[in-house]
Amino acid sequence: VSATANPVAVEDVQPAIESRRGLLRRELLRNPQAILGLTILGIFVLLALLSPVLLSQDPKTKVGSVFEPPSSAHVLGTDGGGADMLALLVGGAPVSLIVGFAAAAVSALIGGAVGLLSGFFGGRTDVALMRLTDYVIVIPDVPLMIVVAALFGRSLTNIILIIGAIYWTTTARLIRAQVKSVRERVYVKRARALGAGNTRLIGRHILPQVAPLLIANTVLLVAYAIFAETFITFLGLGDPSLVSWGRLIENAFTDDAILNNAWWAIVTPGLCVTIVILGCTMTGQAMEDALNPRLRVGHLSVRRFRLRPLEGRLDSE
Amino acid sequence: VTGFDYIGKRLVFAALTVVVAVTLNFVLFRTLSGDALSALRCRQCTPQFKAYQRHELGLDKSKWVQYRMYLNDLAHGNLGKSLRSEQSVTSELWPSIKNTMPMVALGTFFSIVLGIIVGVITAWRRGTFVDRAGLYSGLGFYSMPPQWLGLLMVLFVAGALGLPTSGIKDPTLGILGDASTWDVLVDRLRHMVLPALTLGLVLYGEYALIVRSSMLETLGEDYVLTARAKGLSNWAIVWRHGLRNALLPIVTLVALSLGYVIAGTITIEYVFSYPGVGLAVVEAIDQRDYPILQGAFLLLTLSVIVFNLVADLLYFRLDPRVQT
Repeated sequence: VSATANPVAVEDVQPAIESRRGLLRRELLRNPQAILGLTILGIFVLLALLSPVLLSQDPKTKVGSVFEPPSSAHVLGTDGGGADMLALLVGGAPVSLIVGFAAAAVSALIGGAVGLLSGFFGGRTDVALMRLTDYVIVIPDVPLMIVVAALFGRSLTNIILIIGAIYWTTTARLIRAQVKSVRERVYVKRARALGAGNTRLIGRHILPQVAPLLIANTVLLVAYAIFAETFITFLGLGDPSLVSWGRLIENAFTDDAILNNAWWAIVTPGLCVTIVILGCTMTGQAMEDALNPRLRVGHLSVRRFRLRPLEGRLDSE
Repeated sequence: VTGFDYIGKRLVFAALTVVVAVTLNFVLFRTLSGDALSALRCRQCTPQFKAYQRHELGLDKSKWVQYRMYLNDLAHGNLGKSLRSEQSVTSELWPSIKNTMPMVALGTFFSIVLGIIVGVITAWRRGTFVDRAGLYSGLGFYSMPPQWLGLLMVLFVAGALGLPTSGIKDPTLGILGDASTWDVLVDRLRHMVLPALTLGLVLYGEYALIVRSSMLETLGEDYVLTARAKGLSNWAIVWRHGLRNALLPIVTLVALSLGYVIAGTITIEYVFSYPGVGLAVVEAIDQRDYPILQGAFLLLTLSVIVFNLVADLLYFRLDPRVQT
């Protein structure tokens, strides 16, 4: 009667051990929300990459009269400087996405490092780093960005660094919690007993385990960063020489597109931002869900939405 | 750990955070930016005048002495003087605060009510068309830049509703004889509606998503099953047993978000030229009026800290099981 009497049966019952990464991929491909999000992101990244090829001239070139409504010559009309809106949107894509991805990478790097060190070493390092995180969390991000941008000048690098330096706190907390649990697993202890040093333990045994979570978190951070860029630019603190979607929204506002009833100049750049942020949020959340084992056990969702009050950031963990 | 310890701990943490915030405020504006005078566009100023001003403001002293002077001023409620108007920062910012508060209150109230209703209904009707519609509308508003939503309001909503799109007061009001209190009130409200609605819609997306997930969690609890087995109506289960318990995380998250809401109104007020704290910040950036910017930054940081503390204490009040 017992299963051990038949070794083959045992083998059948045992679920295949799957790598985390494989699991993530499978879960994502089953989730319509993730597929939609990834498709959106893919299209926009492709657009940004092809942007130099698609544009035959500087997108800011005056090609028509001011605020020309959409026509066959200019599918999305022209802006307050008489430039073609479609060209501006295509030209703005790389800048917006670069800010988004670069700033997210910076904050994933800081947050990942803080979380890893804090969770792995524990003790005094942990206390010190988490205290620091607690303080950074209460600084209102948007005003700080404004202040730093106003004081240090308005280059693209500055904007990326400011955004990156503010948004790492959630990542740090998330990674720390994960590292703390991974560190206690038997295989890590075994590796340590076999004489593995800290560098090897982190690089070889812990980092690969937390990497998928870090990536999911980074995708969500991209959304925050793109948002923050539109915000800084809207207040006139963006890099004046570059075209980005945030800048197009600002231009529409300062050039009085509203008085000219030029809805095409206002609606399109914001729509691009909204769609990309939607894509990031859907992908990131689907990834986090796929990585959360609790979701597969319970019969109801336990997902929590992170607070992002307007441009703010806060973690609900 | 007793409740008293918990409250004490939170208070100490809040106090420490205030110290850190104040220090950061000093460091950012004094040490990193050079001094305020070099930033002030002062073409006709002679070097003697600049030196005199520098001495007056204490900028020729060591950083440590300056820091102590700054703390001393703060303790006396002195935030410095605006570089433009020579008025004290407090008197410059106070009217803005009074304008911002009712607008933020209106917007937040709207978003909380709508967020709870939509969140509860979507969780209740999980997996249906209603759920998907609510979820995607929430995600949609959550993804919109507030300044852009504000511009859309001006373009598409203001005309249809016949609402003013800028300022806080009709310039013609009170010209033909004194306006009654009622007229003034209505005028204020009409100017407040669009910025408040913009703020409310952006927050709504977020609150609806939070309420939905919190409700989903609660509706999966055993006591909900028990309530169902007792034969209670769906209505009673959802509102009395579900929402009551789901409110716990909602209340704290909303309290936490309030601190950031004020910061978030910056672009909205700019779009609607609504003379609140946000517009004051924008103008200060424009005119390089650093004392105002510094004062506003301190104010916004303190509001976040206060609301964080409120959230912690509320959570403890609502759920005495908290033991951290």
